[in-house]
Amino acid sequence: MEYFLELFMGGLTRGSIYALIALGYTMVYGIIELINFAHGEIYMIGAFTGLIVAGLLTMYGFPGVSILAIAIVCAVIWSAAYGYTIEKVAYKPLRGAPRLSPLISAIGMSIFLQNYVMLAQTSDFLPFPELIPEFAFMDKMGSIISSAELVIILATTASCVGLTLFIKFTKLGKAMRATAQNRKMAMLVGINVDMVISATFVIGSSLAAVGGVLIASHIGQINYYIGFIAGIKAFTAAVLGGIGSIPGAMLGALVLGLTEAFATGYVSSDYEDVFAFLLLVLILIFRPSGIMGREKTQKV
Amino acid sequence: MNNSSNTLNQGFLKFFFTAGCDSFAHAMKKSLLAALWFVFLTFPIMVIRVNTIEKTVVWHWERIGYIAVSIFFGSFVWRWLLARKELKKDESRNETGLEVLLTKVQSNAGLKYAALGLIGLIAVLFPQVVDLYQTNIMISCLVYIVLGLGLNIVVGLAGLLDLGYVAFYAIGAYAYALCNMHWDIGFWYMLPVGAILGAILGILLGFPVLRLRGDYLAIVTLGFGEIIRLILENWGDVTMGPSGISSIARPGLFGVKLGVIASTEYMYYIMIGLLIFTIFSVNRLQNSRIGRAWLALREDEIACQAMGIDKVKTKLMAFALGATWAGMAGVVFAAKTTFINPASFTFWESAIILSIVVIGGMGSIRGVIAGAIILVLLPEYLRDFAEFRMLLFGAIMVLVMVFRPQGLISAKRKIYAYTATNTASAGNE
Repeated sequence: MEYFLELFMGGLTRGSIYALIALGYTMVYGIIELINFAHGEIYMIGAFTGLIVAGLLTMYGFPGVSILAIAIVCAVIWSAAYGYTIEKVAYKPLRGAPRLSPLISAIGMSIFLQNYVMLAQTSDFLPFPELIPEFAFMDKMGSIISSAELVIILATTASCVGLTLFIKFTKLGKAMRATAQNRKMAMLVGINVDMVISATFVIGSSLAAVGGVLIASHIGQINYYIGFIAGIKAFTAAVLGGIGSIPGAMLGALVLGLTEAFATGYVSSDYEDVFAFLLLVLILIFRPSGIMGREKTQKV
Repeated sequence: MNNSSNTLNQGFLKFFFTAGCDSFAHAMKKSLLAALWFVFLTFPIMVIRVNTIEKTVVWHWERIGYIAVSIFFGSFVWRWLLARKELKKDESRNETGLEVLLTKVQSNAGLKYAALGLIGLIAVLFPQVVDLYQTNIMISCLVYIVLGLGLNIVVGLAGLLDLGYVAFYAIGAYAYALCNMHWDIGFWYMLPVGAILGAILGILLGFPVLRLRGDYLAIVTLGFGEIIRLILENWGDVTMGPSGISSIARPGLFGVKLGVIASTEYMYYIMIGLLIFTIFSVNRLQNSRIGRAWLALREDEIACQAMGIDKVKTKLMAFALGATWAGMAGVVFAAKTTFINPASFTFWESAIILSIVVIGGMGSIRGVIAGAIILVLLPEYLRDFAEFRMLLFGAIMVLVMVFRPQGLISAKRKIYAYTATNTASAGNE
């Protein structure tokens, strides 16, 4: 039991990052029913932008906390720009095409972006500066909790609450919900559906960028490949929770993060990713539409 | 319809420069904006490289110029292609030159047999004419064609998106490597065993995912492929872990010892044989009862069930038959390279096989062959582009999907023509 709390906090941290990425998947899926396979790459590009900005700022002697803030803002700007452009280039010309086409276009985009970053930067692991000042807390049992973990969990909670309020109360949020319900009807009542779809990509990409900078600063190194496995895990989380549902994605991410943390802590660390996928397969067998997903009636 | 082709033919240059825009000036402005946007977009990642340990920054300002110029001209091409696609949409026939040529050859019996004979002759003479290196490349191309044809059953015909196809390939390869290492079992015994193992695994995977549709299926199969790879990597006692298994036996020829060159040629002819067998079987399958059930399943699952097709059986058959060829290809792969490790069976391998199927043309045998030749041979012969290989790969996948969603060679259904001669002669009597 001595490191239960440590594992629990580790699981929450992982879950938070998965949640930030999973929200992008689930929002895009909710609106255009597309698995945006390149979303993991957006997260990776966010982390790289964060690294470049933080690297420049450290060299010019900026103080620690302001670097974190500026790095996050820049990562959000560029990731959102990438998300917007990807939608325009790879998905928009494919509206109305058979289901497989945009999916394959997304896989192509993902391969392209990975190799683009690899060629422009490097294929090696790059050290990421520690942007969140590290304090360790110790409780009575001897578990260690770091300040970075707390910051990540708090930042994610804030983002999730912010997103929920945004979707619930703003005009754009209302338009997004309407478009997700029925795109054609939304168009008929005068909603600019193209704009709503772009906005969805921009918001999802921004959240992924926040996750990218936070986790990169926590782990301390990044390379061009980090987006793939994080993207797969986040998508797993979104599917677990029931894809298309925003609270579902948050819940699924927490379940996945905690499962992974405890399984690696108590069972074996070699099979970390295997547990994630096994959990996915098991949940989908017993609840094919995820934990919070609703069975959709099929229209003939 | 006439109108649109007239616009296309009359002022090609005018159409090219103003496609989708009111005037040339408007098009210029659009291209300029696109160039500016991409310069902004690629600025941090393309231009700046920092090293936070040594505290150095390298600026690549020249890259901004390359991007601006290529995007400026590229955006004209992009708009032109999009506008052309839009115009041609309502024209019923939209065939590439390659397709027209293929139809012409196929409709003429003499030409068809001459072409087949020529291909056969080239295939037989190929290893005698070229060197060992070329033969080796050709063997891997043939392996990819077989893999592509196998995946084509699952994705192209049945419409089930399988992103973990490489798992079956890995199973075949590891089964041969391990049996060969421990019990010295030969290639020819393992080829059918690999096929059967693939089929069994296909059914095992098929069962739990039967209820899932489209995207859920994709992610579960992807997870399955990753599980298999991770097990191969971590179960060191059995699979030798990441270091892999080496010195796997090459296929035997009735106890005759073969040198390196002879055994490569032998391998090549085995692959040709396997390919002919695959093409023959897949061709027969897709025109059979089950093949038509797959097509129905792909088009509309509910309507397909309403027609009385057993959905469970149809899906399982697709998974099992697709995996059969992956299992065989795996055995061949292990025998060819004589060394395997988990790194050969990553998700990207699945993605490459999938792109062979999709770029070639889903559901079309000739398309899959064309796709494999383009995607496997082209990068090999363009060695200078080696590091851009995957970049081009991704870009091609996106471009083909945007401009030609049905692939290079679209599938044609076999149509059974009913000749009225019998009834006519009956009427005469």
